[in-house]
Amino acid sequence: MTPQRARELVEAALTRVAPDADLAALAPDADIREALELDSLDFLTYVETLSESSGCRIEEDDYPAFTTVAGGADFLVAHASAP
Amino acid sequence: MKGTERGEFLMPSLGADMESGTVAEWLVKPGDQIRRGDAIAVIDTDKAMIEAESFHTGTVESLLVETGHRVPVGTPLAVIAAVPPHAAGPRARVASPLARTLAARLGVDLSAVHGTGRAGTIRAEDVREAAERETTTRETAARGVEPRPRERPRRTAPGPAEARPQPDHDWERRQETMRQAIARAMARSKREIPHYYLSTTVDMSAALSWLRERNRDLPVSGRLLPAAVLLKAAARAATEVPRLNGFWVDDAFVPGEAVHLGVAVSLKDGGLIAPALHDAACRELDDLMAALKDLVSRARTGRLRSAEMTEATITVTNLGDQGVESVHGVIYPPQVALVGFGKILDRPWAVDGLLGVRPVVTVTLAADHRATDGYTGARFLCTVDRLLNHPETL
Repeated sequence: MTPQRARELVEAALTRVAPDADLAALAPDADIREALELDSLDFLTYVETLSESSGCRIEEDDYPAFTTVAGGADFLVAHASAP
Repeated sequence: MKGTERGEFLMPSLGADMESGTVAEWLVKPGDQIRRGDAIAVIDTDKAMIEAESFHTGTVESLLVETGHRVPVGTPLAVIAAVPPHAAGPRARVASPLARTLAARLGVDLSAVHGTGRAGTIRAEDVREAAERETTTRETAARGVEPRPRERPRRTAPGPAEARPQPDHDWERRQETMRQAIARAMARSKREIPHYYLSTTVDMSAALSWLRERNRDLPVSGRLLPAAVLLKAAARAATEVPRLNGFWVDDAFVPGEAVHLGVAVSLKDGGLIAPALHDAACRELDDLMAALKDLVSRARTGRLRSAEMTEATITVTNLGDQGVESVHGVIYPPQVALVGFGKILDRPWAVDGLLGVRPVVTVTLAADHRATDGYTGARFLCTVDRLLNHPETL
């Protein structure tokens, strides 16, 4: 998956759990749970949305990567087979 | 066939802190056929948009209140030409035990109460409804309030050109009124309820490793969160210690018919709402998890059902995600207990004379001293501890 596409999927998934978030102002390495006030249900929905949109299997052990925008996008680039 | 009965659909009371509500949207129009239990209007309670269900089966004859109008609880909103559920023969007056107790306390004549339960059984809610109808003034305080969209606009895709949301005065008003509603309920709680507080720390290693094993082979959508396990443990404990599950009404405890677990949900723009997960103690964990997701999402986007707002028998607040270790809550009247879970943290823990590091959670109970004593509360927390140490039994 291209970094561009990964970033798009991450932003789309974030928009789903935090519709009013200003993603442009969100630092790539900020903890999204704190920055966007996500609770564990929101975070699960975020990972679930990404897993579905990217077709990429995401284990519980992989969750820490998804706590930042950059980490989540990098994971998808490395693991998602779809373009 | 008996003659047509007329029923009124009244502004429902959707919580102890609700004094009035606004008809945000009519879901039916005159001439529509409706059945008991159908959602017929969306009511704005200041805290949430709630789909209010009809107690009658029949035809909508007329709508009495326009959308956008705020009226007191108990105000007739619509007239329904009701079809008697059993047109032949006398109506059975079966009432649930809680309904009978309530009726006796509130001085309500059961023969005049319309039952909305299965086969016309009179439920506690019906009795409350009837009692409110008697005491509430029917004057229509038609303070006009602009109708609001059902939910805030949600962006479906991020667009670079998309403007920031416009300041929303209506939304500000709602937050103000929600704050007032919480203030009323909580002030009443602290004024009337002599709280006592207990807490215990529970080793979560068994529960977390069980969850981990269980989640390993599942897609993300099928995975359970620790929150589901905590809620189930609280619900099961409430079944085992039933004196904490129910209501304090007119100087006496009225037990809940089942464990309808109120779940405190913080709303994104501030405020709090605690809708009920029905029959939480009997539901499988998968089912409970799905119900929790659904409930939280509806609480935040604006569509709760009236039963979810009125029937919680005990409430759980889980502030773990916010990072605090423990929460000593305020009971939501007329309930008699509130369970709090803090964050699951790694802490030094002694087992069999050895010190190790274990994930632990602090579980608290705030309970109404009029209804129970500390001994009962302690049994509740010990039960939660036992259940969480045997997650396979949940």
